[in-house]
Amino acid sequence: MTHAADLPAWAALLTALLVLLGAGLTLVGAIGTLRLGSFFERVHAPTLGTSWGTGAIVLASIVCFSVLGSRVVLHEFLIGVFITVTTPVTLTLLVRAALYRERAEGNTDVPARSVLRAPQSLNRREPGGDTAR
Amino acid sequence: MTADILLWSVTVAQAMLVIAMGCNTYRLIRGPRAQDRVLSFDAMYVIAMLLVLTFGIRTGNAFYFEAALIIAALGFVSSVALAKFLMRGEVIE
Repeated sequence: MTHAADLPAWAALLTALLVLLGAGLTLVGAIGTLRLGSFFERVHAPTLGTSWGTGAIVLASIVCFSVLGSRVVLHEFLIGVFITVTTPVTLTLLVRAALYRERAEGNTDVPARSVLRAPQSLNRREPGGDTAR
Repeated sequence: MTADILLWSVTVAQAMLVIAMGCNTYRLIRGPRAQDRVLSFDAMYVIAMLLVLTFGIRTGNAFYFEAALIIAALGFVSSVALAKFLMRGEVIE
């Protein structure tokens, strides 16, 4: 921690505040994965860590390293943009797979099917009917 | 003085991230179905990346940034592969 003495007071306090904010939000999201009841409620919890948990810690890193002047600031934005872009893709794929699994097993307590989609458009084929369509 | 504040807040933040990772490890072991395990794995790689970033702030070393970027990229690819496997039963079709 020798570099911290080189930081001015406002930068050190801002970095400390942002790091604590990000870690606290991530912890709240992780506690949410323990406490929430079903999978479709639980899938909302880690997004606290991927939105502002990541954002605050990336901002803290930007403030720390740009005030220290050791390298270019904009590298950290790459992590923020990457996490922001990839998290919805992953969670959409995962929830779609979970819905497919639950409906294939005939589970009834899953979220309702969207009214915008025709009911036969779900790719569930009846066994033995492979010549029909 | 402010250096001590920064040191202690980074230490507390790392402890919080480790506790968050412990919560997700519990869900990874006890999760009732496979999608819960994939979800907690997805949260765990993000938390590991944040831990690496806080190590970078703590030590002032620029090399931790590349490690965090590699963790983010590989974690995304593996989570998508796991979700695809849950959907189809195979990854590459």
